[in-house]
Amino acid sequence: MSRRHFTPGIVLTAAAMVAIGLGVPQVVDQFGLLQLTVFASMCILALSLGIIWGYGGILCFGQSAFFGLGAYAYAVAAVNLGESTVAVVLAIAVPAVFAALLGYFMFYGRLSDVYLGVITLSVTLIFFNLVNSTAGDAYRIGKARLNGFNGMPSLPTFNVPGDPGRLLDPTETFYLVMALLLVIYVGLHALLASHFGRVVVAVRENETRCELLGYDVRLHKLLIFTIGGGIAGLAGSLFANWGAFVSPNVFSLGMTAQIIIWVIVGGLGTLVGPIIGCLIMQYLATELGTQQLANTNLIFGIIFLAFVLLVPRGIVPSLGAVRARVFGAARPRDLA
Amino acid sequence: MTAPVLETVGLSMRFGGVEAVRGVNLSLAERELRCLIGPNGAGKSTLFKLLTGQLRPTAGRILFHGQDITGHHTHAIARRGIGIKTQVPNLFDGLTVREHLWLSARRTNPAARTRAIVVEVLERIGLTGLADGPVGQLSHGLRQWVELGTVLAGNPELILLDEPAAGMTHDEVARTAELVREINRTHALIVVEHDMQFVRMIARTVTVMHQGAVLVEDTMDRILENRAVRDVYLGKHGGA
Repeated sequence: MSRRHFTPGIVLTAAAMVAIGLGVPQVVDQFGLLQLTVFASMCILALSLGIIWGYGGILCFGQSAFFGLGAYAYAVAAVNLGESTVAVVLAIAVPAVFAALLGYFMFYGRLSDVYLGVITLSVTLIFFNLVNSTAGDAYRIGKARLNGFNGMPSLPTFNVPGDPGRLLDPTETFYLVMALLLVIYVGLHALLASHFGRVVVAVRENETRCELLGYDVRLHKLLIFTIGGGIAGLAGSLFANWGAFVSPNVFSLGMTAQIIIWVIVGGLGTLVGPIIGCLIMQYLATELGTQQLANTNLIFGIIFLAFVLLVPRGIVPSLGAVRARVFGAARPRDLA
Repeated sequence: MTAPVLETVGLSMRFGGVEAVRGVNLSLAERELRCLIGPNGAGKSTLFKLLTGQLRPTAGRILFHGQDITGHHTHAIARRGIGIKTQVPNLFDGLTVREHLWLSARRTNPAARTRAIVVEVLERIGLTGLADGPVGQLSHGLRQWVELGTVLAGNPELILLDEPAAGMTHDEVARTAELVREINRTHALIVVEHDMQFVRMIARTVTVMHQGAVLVEDTMDRILENRAVRDVYLGKHGGA
């Protein structure tokens, strides 16, 4: 059963990632490589919401809370430890534990979907305000000053595990981020093909039926939420490493809205969708930012509205539907 | 005489001022097939929701094999071995028929055995040809069978069926009755149904509910002759 889950679409996407990962450093200059590194990091963030929302059916408006926690956990740990390996582990663990705690109260408290949205959004805004007001000498964790709205500059970047003196150069960092993206993409598909993953999807489809079949809905939601939180945290550490800098903006409304827009544009209920949505929107943001023709947020808002009204299923599922109409019926699972 | 599979003691459910289920005492023996009838609003579906933990009774107890399961979580009750086909089929609309059966069987079986069960149940409910299509597009009658098959794949000891013949053609009703009798060889069942023809095909003992309480419990023939039951169904003055 699990082998059948790895459809041609998934294999093709994974192969494309390998090709891009290996090929791009040969043809792109350093600036382009840095750009693609942050794109790929954001793709991991997009996947984290793609799994929670698209497969778990949990509408999380505060994915940036986990992303930001990961970024800050990395920053604080890396400054204190002077090396990055443990810091990355903490960047995954801290948001995952936080997601588990938050999820416990939300899912075991049986909150409805609307409240999940309200609570997760509030949580990220609380973090935003909290970290914003940590300027001054009093707010430090060990050696790390949080610096409030100014953010934490000059963070240690990734080093080879066990060798703090040997830092990764931009090309190596790009390889690392692409490898992580590939592992997470394939890993999430493997998870979805497992018994656990299939129950998660079933929970999204009908919670009552799941319970009547003897599956603990609360536990499955909690676990997928925690996994998504950990992945978002990893993306946060990649982002912090990329700029050697982190500021409270990682928790901002703009950040959390962006993640939702990526998933909506790319398509709910697929994994390749959020990646494509993320790439398109990031590319647009960069182009709009350099040309100064129009306000980026305004354009993003228009795109978001257009998609919600005209292409509510997102790019990838809509393309799948078109393909099905042209080439005969495709099974829903055929999408990557 | 072995202990009953299911027993309820003074089971009651009150919604504000309305008592939907009033002091119901029900006892179901091993491999018994019980039909539960009664006019709309008699409390049959509410009773099923109490038995499966979807509602928590305001009074009374539910015993499954002598163990108190009152107020347990729905999934915990299902794990003990109570399966239900709900009145309006509760299905995963985006998933295939095969996936439904797989999810149900896989909880207690290893992967290889699960595949065998899925094939077997598909055959039994006659949906092998539709196995890989999404259930969202099936007719009401077929959806009933998908849900019945899903329950069967989990092999629960006690099976509750809420209006299993609704929305079915005459032939389909007959096939469902046959299936119910076949299931009954190995499982205890409680069947709620309005279709008297269907009830006549399967029934031995019938429990009649009215306004939340058990009105009478007897064999099918004697129920049909029962004055009180006719009054309930046809109205006090229409019975003559």
